[in-house]
Amino acid sequence: MNKTKENGPRKLLAVLGPFIGLGLVILIFSLVPEVRDRFLRPANLMSVATQSVIVALGALGMTVVIISGGIDLSAASNIALSSVMAAYAVNVGLSPLLAVFLGVLTGGVIGLANGYLITGLNLMPFIVTLGTMGIARGAAKWIAGNQKIDAPLTWVNELMTRSPRPSWVLAAPGVWIVVLLAVVMGVILKYTVFGRHVFALGSNEAAARLCGVRTGRVKIAVYVIGGLFCGLSGVMEFSRLTVGDPTVAIGLELDIIAAVVIGGGSLSGGEGGILGSMVGVLIMSFLRNGCTMMGWQNFIQEIIIGAIIITAVTLDRLRHSSAA
Amino acid sequence: MNSTPDRDCLLIARGVEKSFGATKALEGVDFRLERGEVRALLGENGAGKSTLVKILSGALKADAGRMFLEGKPYSPGSPLEGLASGISVVYQELSLAPHLTVAENILLGREPRRGGFLDLPKIKAVAREALDAVNHPEIMPEDRVGSLGIGARQVVEIARALANESKVLILDEPTSSLTAEDSARLFDLILRLKSRGVGIIYISHFLEEVGKTADSFTVFRDGRNSGSGKLLETGFEEIIRLMVGREVSELFPRVPHDIGEEILVASELKGRKMAAPVSLNLKRGEILGVAGLVGSGRTEFLRTIFGLDPAVVGLVELKGSKLSPGTPWAKIRRGVGLLSEDRQREGLAPSMSVADNILLSDFSPCRRHGFLSLKKQSARAAELSAFMSIRYAGPGQRTKELSGGNQQKVALARLLNQDASILLLDEPTRGIDVLSKTHVYRWMGEMARRGKSLVFVSSYFPELLGVCDRIVVFFRGSLIEERECRRWDIESLTAAATLGRAEN
Repeated sequence: MNKTKENGPRKLLAVLGPFIGLGLVILIFSLVPEVRDRFLRPANLMSVATQSVIVALGALGMTVVIISGGIDLSAASNIALSSVMAAYAVNVGLSPLLAVFLGVLTGGVIGLANGYLITGLNLMPFIVTLGTMGIARGAAKWIAGNQKIDAPLTWVNELMTRSPRPSWVLAAPGVWIVVLLAVVMGVILKYTVFGRHVFALGSNEAAARLCGVRTGRVKIAVYVIGGLFCGLSGVMEFSRLTVGDPTVAIGLELDIIAAVVIGGGSLSGGEGGILGSMVGVLIMSFLRNGCTMMGWQNFIQEIIIGAIIITAVTLDRLRHSSAA
Repeated sequence: MNSTPDRDCLLIARGVEKSFGATKALEGVDFRLERGEVRALLGENGAGKSTLVKILSGALKADAGRMFLEGKPYSPGSPLEGLASGISVVYQELSLAPHLTVAENILLGREPRRGGFLDLPKIKAVAREALDAVNHPEIMPEDRVGSLGIGARQVVEIARALANESKVLILDEPTSSLTAEDSARLFDLILRLKSRGVGIIYISHFLEEVGKTADSFTVFRDGRNSGSGKLLETGFEEIIRLMVGREVSELFPRVPHDIGEEILVASELKGRKMAAPVSLNLKRGEILGVAGLVGSGRTEFLRTIFGLDPAVVGLVELKGSKLSPGTPWAKIRRGVGLLSEDRQREGLAPSMSVADNILLSDFSPCRRHGFLSLKKQSARAAELSAFMSIRYAGPGQRTKELSGGNQQKVALARLLNQDASILLLDEPTRGIDVLSKTHVYRWMGEMARRGKSLVFVSSYFPELLGVCDRIVVFFRGSLIEERECRRWDIESLTAAATLGRAEN
């Protein structure tokens, strides 16, 4: 029984780990003389939040995929394809609502394809999504005729606005959509049978099968969820850019995966959480924001974020080995 | 204490202590091993056997105590140092690289070189010599390890220890996944090693087997050395008493139960991985034993009924209606449950909590309006854990932190939670300690008393004879013999399982 006593603080630390990291990042920048006046201003915080929306939506889906023991490398291409589809739809005169729907649906279709290929052909998720990554990117360029698709401004572009109206909503609608969906996904993972099955799949697929989990269906559902979130993320990308750009978000899948991993997700499956992933997204956004304010060049941000990924995973590993 | 030990003794450990946090794993343990001696290391799970093995091999460092190898002080800082000093361990989970050849595995980490390149002829020659020394000339040095059976892989691992000129060989549950034939060959091999002066530490849960191979024994209980002696002079009852700390009144407790009507009938059922069609019936409240060697088709039969392997031909009827082919999901809903023989790889989701593992096959008792009630789940898991007398910190504890016996009880509690009326148990007592075994036997009897039907697959025939109502024997994929339990004995069962025919 003394085991619980020992595990108590450690477990707390495991949950708090990403928060401590986020606190440190914010603390450091709010102490640095060059930026401290501007860094904690509400306007800056809002802009960080808005900048986080696209990666955050991708990370909501990716968290589920990674917990199930999979990976989705096609996420960023899927975001680009979905944003192009939404722009295309607005451009040909469809209603904005229909365009949003079409963008999200496109993401879902790519997710469904991922899921079917992985379960049907019994292939590694890494390989399948590496393939669909190229296919989705190519399709985006094809549809857009290898250039940007211009679209007239509609309310869709308000989703990611820097000055939301009325002003009492505080943040862009996209931010609130992320908050709402994060709660929904958190509840699904923790309080539904589907959520338990996702964890079981990632923890031990054979055991899940033995327990009557219909592993094929769960996997397909997981990738469809991942795809739908990429679709929504693509709509936000379109909203932000006001055009459909097929070359947008190149390499963004790695940012998304990094956020999930910093937040405690394990690439071998069975571990991870929505809250952690969202904190992971914020850590990266605040770092980018702070570095930009400092006038540091891009490469410095890249080096720091790379170091943070390795540190986070190392700490995670240490925590696990000492708990065993 | 005398600090200059006798130089003749191969290995001596004195006053070894080791703690993990507040838990004392070893408390002042003494141990000795002579040249050419086979010493059985016995004890329940968690008694400290594997901790001692890890200290001897250099994987762990003792907190206190001294060790002497051939009279010289010995305190390895790493497994590599232990290996270089001449102590090799063959673990239950074999540590071979399946993609490399037998020869490459035997010389892994010590490859002979010539001019900066691998000396391939020499690698082959050394491997050949080691394989001949273990009397397995049929294994070729150039075979890929992945293509060998589990028994042959173990031989390769022992050959590796020999090529390393090991003085002490530690075998951890070496026969747990071997066929009877491979086990017999292993015992021959142990005799050969013995005659070469190698000292062997033999860890096993099978007392019969220990009686056949070992000269002497040391029993551990709760991190202490509770007794040592010569096997010839000591009865099994005495050894069990030393292991458990009290008399075990009944090794195979029987719970009276009534056998009812036929409930499950398999007619000419053949799954994709089965060699031949099998017909079998099971009655309500019956414990049906399935004997046979590893690989005789017992596991495949169970998995076909449960839908883990697809059925090719044949029919299964449950309570008079057809049990349609399909996934485990469909079978669980008809009240069929399966306990996997491989707890680690298939039976449990180790990183999930005890509560999740117990409820994984059926969350419905804790579901309302589509959402799980974590409170109800905890309560349900606690109730079932109490019934199974699982020793754990709480329903939220991760399953991988439990001992083997307790993990097995978690897997059994799952069948209880899903309220299975047909329990297909594949090697339910493998790798668990004596006391946990008797718990499992009593639980099986209790289930039969409640009118559930059990299929009990085991390679350990005494437990089948002790627990079952009826026993069938599988041989090379076919069901060859079926009798009431009292019409079998150990000889006829062994003959049927190994020769394919029973004598009387």
